[in-house]
Amino acid sequence: MPVLTYAQALNQALREEMRRDENVFVFGEEVAAWGGSFAVTKGLLEEFGEKRVRDTPISEEAIIGLGIGAAMDGLKPVAEIMTINFILLAMDQIVNHMAKLRYMSGGQVTVPLVIRTPGGGGLQMGAQHSQSLESLFVHVPGLVVIAPSTPYDAKGLLKSAIRDANPILFIEHEAIYALEGELPEEEYLVPIGKADVKREGDDVTIIAHSKMVHVAIEAAEKLAEDGTNAEVVDPRTIMPLDSQTLIKSVKKTGKAVIVQECWPHCSFGADTAYAIMDKAFDYLDAPVKVISSANSPFPYSRELEQLALPNAGTVIETVKEIA
Amino acid sequence: MNTAEMATEMPADDLVKLYGQMVLIRLFEEKTNEMYHRGHISGYCHLYIGEEAVAVGALNALRPDDYVIGAYRDHGHAILKGSDPKRVMAELFGKITGVSKGKGGSMHMFNRETRFFGGDGIVAGELPLAVGLAFAVEYRGGDEIVLCFFGDGAVNEGGFHEALNLAALWNLPVIFLCENNEWGMGTPVASASCSIELTERASGHCMRIEKTDGMDVLAVLDTTRRAVQYCRGTRKPVFVEAVTQRFVGHSITDPQIYRTKEEIAKAKKRDPIEAMKKRLIDQRIRLPQELNEIQQQAAREVEEAAEFAKESEFPRPEELCADVWDLDHFAQEVKDALSSGRS
Repeated sequence: MPVLTYAQALNQALREEMRRDENVFVFGEEVAAWGGSFAVTKGLLEEFGEKRVRDTPISEEAIIGLGIGAAMDGLKPVAEIMTINFILLAMDQIVNHMAKLRYMSGGQVTVPLVIRTPGGGGLQMGAQHSQSLESLFVHVPGLVVIAPSTPYDAKGLLKSAIRDANPILFIEHEAIYALEGELPEEEYLVPIGKADVKREGDDVTIIAHSKMVHVAIEAAEKLAEDGTNAEVVDPRTIMPLDSQTLIKSVKKTGKAVIVQECWPHCSFGADTAYAIMDKAFDYLDAPVKVISSANSPFPYSRELEQLALPNAGTVIETVKEIA
Repeated sequence: MNTAEMATEMPADDLVKLYGQMVLIRLFEEKTNEMYHRGHISGYCHLYIGEEAVAVGALNALRPDDYVIGAYRDHGHAILKGSDPKRVMAELFGKITGVSKGKGGSMHMFNRETRFFGGDGIVAGELPLAVGLAFAVEYRGGDEIVLCFFGDGAVNEGGFHEALNLAALWNLPVIFLCENNEWGMGTPVASASCSIELTERASGHCMRIEKTDGMDVLAVLDTTRRAVQYCRGTRKPVFVEAVTQRFVGHSITDPQIYRTKEEIAKAKKRDPIEAMKKRLIDQRIRLPQELNEIQQQAAREVEEAAEFAKESEFPRPEELCADVWDLDHFAQEVKDALSSGRS
């Protein structure tokens, strides 16, 4: 099977969907001529031309608003917000418009807009450029939030997202754009709203999304050397959450650890811990644990920043606490 | 263009139609006010009384397939853009027969079929959406245009400037129509803008600029027609300022303490309905009793709308969590969780 990076997998997804449906168009800052600041849209301008691949000014509110308006009228826009840190400038359009137009119109209007945006830290980008803000969107009813961890999932989910009728936040991660993975030659889709067990085990359930899936797998492999077999469950879509798959795992293992790059409060991880407590209380042998990034802005200095982020070591420590 | 001349050159029936539409909106809004005070309507409710000439003049310059999007003072726009007054009133009452199934309310009237995209409760929120609608038209090679309404309060929002710049940069056929009633809630234009000449807000955005008398329906019609012709022909945006007056508070619960009685009385002297009535009588197009009949007919229509709204059902509990997500592709357990609203 061919091996592609996460960024290349996304590029393939965009290409295939743009070939399949002429209503799909891509736009955002530096996506056309530059090819995307993380090369995800590389070559699209050359293949599809200026009408369908557009460079925008630095105007996040207008970028998202344009996407919403075009989607309302039946096109399939794929907007890129250069990093999730800048999405804050468009929060009104996302929360008050994108998420609500279907509802406020009594179902008359739909917004099949996909916003692609990478989050995450660990690359010394500083406090304003290292955030994992997906929890803000999980909070707002009406939005679908997807956060793939592998090239396979990234391609399959982006294809599904573009075909879907919902407004979607598609959260990538800057530090895994270079991650490689095998992809089938033939076309495939990954369903939205379905979790994936990335590693099977009986002793503890580790739930993680995006880059933290790889931290969880690394921790699981080290734990296995000591005889603890961890099951790693990747929700892939964090809203709506496939809680059935998560609960099934927790019922088997009796223990749950959630690891996220988000800050702890009002986060996806905290929310998921509640759901597990609520739905699997009788099966739990220990409190549900949530490992988050440190509750501070991300520092620039290398070792300090690494201290802020969850790593395999902190996952292993936490698993041992509840063993 | 001299609107007196314009009036003598227009077909009589067209003038009567404009009059009738303004009367209908006036009476609808007065009924809305009455229904609000009787407890059938609650929350935010912004009446268009005094401003009728703007929506009536502007919408009569469009083709039926053109797009309209606006702000929260939208009942008149909704009616003019093809929604039945019964269903607009039902929406105000929160009934399932409302245009948005009772889930939108006063500020969120929609009619997808006739290309009326709301209704927006966020000042300036609709401008980027208008740019997106125009983008879709251009993308498909159509020749429709987008008419986007907003108030004087919107011109200092960041999104206003982002939208105008992008429309000019990408040649998108939007008419940005500012309904300047000189008050942003209780703030006069002079306290909000460094220049009270609001066309200057658009000056830096490289587009054609027009200004019109929003109390004269023919002036608005004429200006909008020319803007539409330009926009449709060149595919470039236009900024139109219509200076108008609201005769009532910002919303139904606003006692307007920031305006003097004299100022309000002065504004009412330019009632666009009275002006058109006088024109129709002076030009011998209609007799006073014929105009009264038009008024009575509109009053009956509005009364029927209120009856329809009163007799309609409220939405059932299942409606609460319907229309939030498109659930088709999701697994049954996800659908169940989301539909219950308690996931």
